[in-house]
Amino acid sequence: MAKCATTDQFKELDEFIDALPTKKGELIRVLHHAQNTYGYLPKELQVHIAKKMGVSTAKVFGVVSFYSFFSMEPKGEYDISICLGTACYVRGADKIVQEFKNELGIEVGETTADGKFSLSALRCVGACGLAPVVLVNGKVYGRVTEAEVKGIVDEYRHKD
Amino acid sequence: MINLKIDGKSVSVPAGSTVLEAARALNITIPTLCHLDLHDTKMVNKAASCRVCVVEVKGRRNLAPACATPVFEGMEVITNNIRVMEARRIVMELLISDHPKDCLSCRKAGNCELQDLSELLSLRGHSISGESVSTYKKDITPSLIRDMDKCIMCRRCETMCNEVQTVGALSGINRGFNAVVSSAFELPMDETVCTHCGQCVAVCPTGALTENDHSLKVYEALADPGKTVIVQTAPAVRVALGEAFGEEPGSIMTGKMVAALKHMGFDYVFDTNFSADLTIMEEGAELLDRLDKFLNHQDTKALPILTSCCPAWVNFIESQFPELIHIPSSAKSPQQMFGSIAKSYFAEKLGIDRKNLVVVSLMPCLAKKQEAHMEQYSVDGNQDVDLVITTREFANMIRQMNINIHELPDMEYDDPLGISTGAGMIFGSTGGVIEAAVRTAYELKTKHPLEKIEFEQLRGFEGVRLGHVDVDGFTLNIGIAHGLGNARSLLEEVRDGNPREIHAIEVMACPGGCIGGAGQPYHHGNSDILKARQKAIYEIDKNSKLRKSHENPAIIELYKTFLGEPLGERAHQLLHTHYYVKEKV
Ligand code: SF4
Ligand code: SF4
Ligand code: SF4
Ligand code: FES
Ligand code: FES
Repeated sequence: MAKCATTDQFKELDEFIDALPTKKGELIRVLHHAQNTYGYLPKELQVHIAKKMGVSTAKVFGVVSFYSFFSMEPKGEYDISICLGTACYVRGADKIVQEFKNELGIEVGETTADGKFSLSALRCVGACGLAPVVLVNGKVYGRVTEAEVKGIVDEYRHKD
Repeated sequence: MINLKIDGKSVSVPAGSTVLEAARALNITIPTLCHLDLHDTKMVNKAASCRVCVVEVKGRRNLAPACATPVFEGMEVITNNIRVMEARRIVMELLISDHPKDCLSCRKAGNCELQDLSELLSLRGHSISGESVSTYKKDITPSLIRDMDKCIMCRRCETMCNEVQTVGALSGINRGFNAVVSSAFELPMDETVCTHCGQCVAVCPTGALTENDHSLKVYEALADPGKTVIVQTAPAVRVALGEAFGEEPGSIMTGKMVAALKHMGFDYVFDTNFSADLTIMEEGAELLDRLDKFLNHQDTKALPILTSCCPAWVNFIESQFPELIHIPSSAKSPQQMFGSIAKSYFAEKLGIDRKNLVVVSLMPCLAKKQEAHMEQYSVDGNQDVDLVITTREFANMIRQMNINIHELPDMEYDDPLGISTGAGMIFGSTGGVIEAAVRTAYELKTKHPLEKIEFEQLRGFEGVRLGHVDVDGFTLNIGIAHGLGNARSLLEEVRDGNPREIHAIEVMACPGGCIGGAGQPYHHGNSDILKARQKAIYEIDKNSKLRKSHENPAIIELYKTFLGEPLGERAHQLLHTHYYVKEKV
């Protein structure tokens, strides 16, 4: 993404914002839309949104850093998200996270150097019966064990 | 009015009051931590996040935070039973469970509200002990230091920065134990829109936000036999210093402050009021020059002119109002004018190299620490102003050096940079700079002495004021704002067409002006203290023999023997500066 935010660069987002009946209280909605459109929320985009919404950049960053849904890094081709809701946590989701970190060599919120995988954490996804739950680009894996982690990664590793 | 009972005592308060306010009316003290109410600055921090203020409300199962619970007719509140006290203690224990325990060497020790509360509630052992992991690096700027391991998330700083000052440098970020108040992208504050006004430091209850203390460096300089060490004292310090030693707010400590500085070993004690007079000579001349151009229709954009003596204000306009960057006066602040004259004129007089002359400023202000540090105020890496200490730091130094300030005899400033007028003195209060400028500009323009020196229409405490002064048949409209939020609304008005045709504007970043600077003894939101300081400022002016900057004999001499004319070539070189648009987040 280019450093300098040209007027056109975020055209689609600007149109979305301009169409809102009011900007007040709509920051989270705008950020959601921006993340869906551009995949992630780099600094330039946050600065742009702040200006457009008439709030401080610090405030925008505050919201982005508060919700784990928002990401400041581009997601990988395959985004592996692990539920850290109560049920999943109790059933060992933290160990699953650790195993994915080892397997991919990245932290939660990061993307592998080849851009293939990213790792993120989620709050309860509403499938507690299947805890611990892992999602890969939306596909659900239930009752995941540490031993299965490598297999899940391999399933995508050799796809292009 | 709403009638209720607190601890069995009846009281009536206006509808919409909180339990805390009702209790205050009864002189019942409920401990608070996150809550802060600066009435006259219109700042109320309503985070209600700490729960230290909980009370029992009859008929409700849960305890309620007094600071955020509205009163209702017939309400019965208990503030002091065992249940309430136990709850407060647990809240406090949780709060300090992950708080660093280095109170002994904390900068805020003795002034920390968390420490006071912990003492009040008799927290001794730590029954709940969590990890106090150090997650955040200290962010050290020339003016303030952020040590977020000590942040208790009361969010007072955020309210101050965003709502009162409208700067927007701070926001709560992250969640849970990692939650903290920080800048955009956790950038060092120096790289953000922060103006260094320091008002966040003035309201932080803990050691999370403190000033960058220069007192040890001052001792070092004083102990160096190869250095001549001089000090300048800003107008607002002398009317607040006494508070640190139990004197009434508004006590005038000029003579004792000078004596204490001499006692500490400063070679010369000088006055920023002197360079404030010098500022008026330059800024006044610029005002007249721009007024002429405006009246001759030579340049319709020559006015309004903006005062430039508050560095936080200059930082604000540079990053937030690029379209108005051409309107501030190019005159440096009094602090920097002093530094530049001291290291040229005065060093020459003494026959010493500027590198062996250490210029210390005693200021009510944190922004001055950052200003002194700016690149354009150095010559070959040697700063015009080397060190800046605040009123609070100075008060600590007085204690450390075991000086009994009450017993010191009053002493006088040294010549020549200690000679000043009442006009320089009033720089310390909102409205003062522009009044001083008008006193001089009026007489220089009309060539008549003023009938009345005081311009009452420019004085006061309202956030934004408008005054009118007749100069030779022309009505000069003057706008005054203190606090950056008020400044913003005035500037927006000027930017968007200037409907009230304001010709001259004074802005000070702090509430009340420098008297409310962030380096002053903590006023904890009591604006009566600020008003007492303001009164003292005008009283000193009233009792001054000389009250107009252009009548200051040391200033006349300085122009005659060294500077030449106001706005002349040498004056330009030494006393003026440039502003730059700064894109920051
Ligand atoms: S110093 Fe002033 S501008 Fe900077 S963060 Fe604090 S309140 Fe905001
Ligand atoms: S830095 Fe200080 S004022 Fe700001 S939230 Fe933390 S403790 Fe409160
Ligand atoms: S108003 Fe005075 S004390 Fe406050 S930042 Fe400006 S110069 Fe400093
Ligand atoms: S906690 Fe993981 S799905 Fe509910
Ligand atoms: S003082 Fe009331 S909740 Fe903090």
